[in-house]
Amino acid sequence: MTASADLAPSYELVVIGGGPAGLAAAALAARAGVSTVLFDENPGVGGQIYRAITSTPVKDRAILGEDYWDGAKLAEEAKASGALIVNGATVWSLDRQRIVGISIAGKARMIEAGRVIIATGSQERPFPIPGWTLPGVMTAGAAQTALKAQGLVASGRTVLAGGGPLLWLLAAQTLRAGGKIDAILDTMPRRNWLHAMFHLPGFALSPYFGKGMALLKEVRAKVPIHRADTIEAVGADRVREVLFSSGGETRRLPADLLLLHQGVVPNVNLANAAGVAHVWNDRQLCFVPVLDADFGSSVPGIAVAGDGAGIAGGTAAAERGRIAAIAAVRALKPDCIVPDTQAIRQRLQREEMGRSFLDLLNRPVDAFRQPAGNTIVCRCEEVTANQVRDTAKMGCEGPNQMKAFLRCGMGPCQGRLCGLTVAELISAERGATLDEVGYYRLRPPVKPITLAELASLPISEAERKAVER
Amino acid sequence: MARTADVVIIGGGIHGCSTALHLALRGLKPILIEKDYAGRHASGVNAGGVRQLARDVHEIPLSISSMDIWERIEELVGDDCGFDAHGTVLVAESEAELAGFRERVDDLNLRGFVHEELIDAAELRRLVPAVSEHCPGGVVSRRDGAADPFRTTQAFRRRAVEKGAEVIEGVTVTGLTRIGANWRVETSAGVFEAPRIVNAAGAWADRIAAMLGEPVPLSVVAPMLMVTSRLPPFIKPVVILRGRKLSFKQLENGTVVIGGGHLSTPYRDSNETVLDWEKLAISARTVWELFPAMHEATIVRAWAGIEAYMPDGIPVVGKSSTSEGVFHQFGFSTHGFQLGPGTGAMMAELVATGSTNTPIDGLGIERFQTKQK
Repeated sequence: MTASADLAPSYELVVIGGGPAGLAAAALAARAGVSTVLFDENPGVGGQIYRAITSTPVKDRAILGEDYWDGAKLAEEAKASGALIVNGATVWSLDRQRIVGISIAGKARMIEAGRVIIATGSQERPFPIPGWTLPGVMTAGAAQTALKAQGLVASGRTVLAGGGPLLWLLAAQTLRAGGKIDAILDTMPRRNWLHAMFHLPGFALSPYFGKGMALLKEVRAKVPIHRADTIEAVGADRVREVLFSSGGETRRLPADLLLLHQGVVPNVNLANAAGVAHVWNDRQLCFVPVLDADFGSSVPGIAVAGDGAGIAGGTAAAERGRIAAIAAVRALKPDCIVPDTQAIRQRLQREEMGRSFLDLLNRPVDAFRQPAGNTIVCRCEEVTANQVRDTAKMGCEGPNQMKAFLRCGMGPCQGRLCGLTVAELISAERGATLDEVGYYRLRPPVKPITLAELASLPISEAERKAVER
Repeated sequence: MARTADVVIIGGGIHGCSTALHLALRGLKPILIEKDYAGRHASGVNAGGVRQLARDVHEIPLSISSMDIWERIEELVGDDCGFDAHGTVLVAESEAELAGFRERVDDLNLRGFVHEELIDAAELRRLVPAVSEHCPGGVVSRRDGAADPFRTTQAFRRRAVEKGAEVIEGVTVTGLTRIGANWRVETSAGVFEAPRIVNAAGAWADRIAAMLGEPVPLSVVAPMLMVTSRLPPFIKPVVILRGRKLSFKQLENGTVVIGGGHLSTPYRDSNETVLDWEKLAISARTVWELFPAMHEATIVRAWAGIEAYMPDGIPVVGKSSTSEGVFHQFGFSTHGFQLGPGTGAMMAELVATGSTNTPIDGLGIERFQTKQK
């Protein structure tokens, strides 16, 4: 176990995040001869998609599916590469000078990086419906984490709601693991097919086509599926039932657990706090970093690989990590031998081929992204949709002013659960584009740290300087 | 066609907005030009301390006149601005430090200022029960307090507009020339003309001064702040230190704002700051030693606001030394928030009448020109 005091003051390459992009990047760079450290905040590597790949109690390979076990090879390669892999390490700060703030077991350190690859992946898109803050309402991703890491499946009456590949994958994994799902509320409108069909030929050639079709068939055979135009979680102390409407007709389902999911979006927080420029991607309905062909960002020396660069899935993430790592190696040590990027780019292209189809098919409707009435938007500060809409009408032009007016996005989640919603609500109310509206200017610590952790930072040099000023 | 006004104010911080309001209240027509939006920088993101305590003697009159306005702020701007007056306490960390504070308070008393009051260990513990046992006493200014900085700046802006000022945001001043009795203000959104100009451009004010041929040695700084998650209420007054850099305040929502003047690296052309965590760690250690109850508090956010710092640490307030009709109001050197209301009132008086009853001796821009020769 690496302690923060064991870390060198600087590394040629710092990789942040131990999912497929981070593992592949660290492995390639370390093998090429670059001093590489990979920081990952979980107890083991794998990221979300390969979570707990080295430790999962789920031994029946069929339950999580063969794609999950691809992660084992990536983890082994990274381990064998000579890269220093540090788990339980939270990166809470990164700036444009590539100073990395890290905390391990309650002790903080600042590390200098020659180059940085941010591989912090994706997060689930906020799904603000009435009652989503009630106990018993969770995200599908959280349920999947419990399954992978602890082998736990939900007991009690379980309703899944939303759409996107992960929702269907979780349903299949839960069923295979012996769990029961009472109903799935499909919120993806049928008209999405019309827009997506145009891109079907590309998708049909991608590796996801066959797998996706099989997954849908597997789940549909065992779970009743309802279309839903509106969803509400109802209960006084916790969720007791789910109210949903379809074609004007309202129905109720008793439920102990409601799992929500409407796709994933890049986790932009660390890159944003480091000053990386982002733009709105209208197909994926999220902000993505502005990147060059090697995944280099607008901040020199900082690259963003994996789903953090725009959603493309785990296999693509690894290829992106390799491309970013090759660029880093070339910049740091031009004499080192690196693989040819041509073959990697071709593989990446194949992986990305079906993405337009998936994005359009799984595009969440406005009503589930831009809530109305008293639906909570910011959970930390309990700010409602109406408050945000009214403040936007009053003249508030962007999320940063909204922060100052309503405190939304200023709680411990750093806007992860409200940022996109607030930006989209302002855009809708003001008739401005999302690029005009922008996103929160995020402030470190990107992950909360305790005063004690911060106080533990070794500061002899800084203290001397501070006294001089 | 140039647009005309009685006064063009450059800069939409608390100072520019306050001056705009007070000019409008005097029946003048000001146009305020702000390059971003009102309160975007230091005025909106400072620690919110409303403090007369521990000020340079030259700015005490402005601070006292400001305090009178703070105490009726809602009457003036239609919003209480989150102002509460639980005092500011300057904590002494040793007997030697306390002796120094006693000298300072005695000196102020001789000058006729009585807002600072020396307190012993018992009174310190009554005011700040959570303070560490090693502190022997301190100084309190009981009328002091804290307010919400962005809300305050916005309230001044809003009321100024209601009273007839015009506020134009997202517009940069690119040139200043004197034409006859008027100043021609060139901006990214056209030309404005007015006989008088107020330079309240904060960290960018030296560029305005340079256009007028009176350069000032302004440095751009960005003091850092951090805030914790919500804690049970345990402290009412704002606490500051002298020997070490610290300001410490618990807001009504339970969060604790920790500041004190450790600096980040500012980039004023891109509105960015890069935080220095090693210095924030020094703040964390200071808090650790002063308030043992804070050890497990969680830091949720740190930030910095860009502002101007003058070599002598006091602001530039008064008439231009080179240019008829130009007035300066900048360089508040990390403690200008409390001064906003009173300085705006004084400046409006100065602009409208050519003189003011509030003493501002020692704050003029000419102090830098004589030193440079």
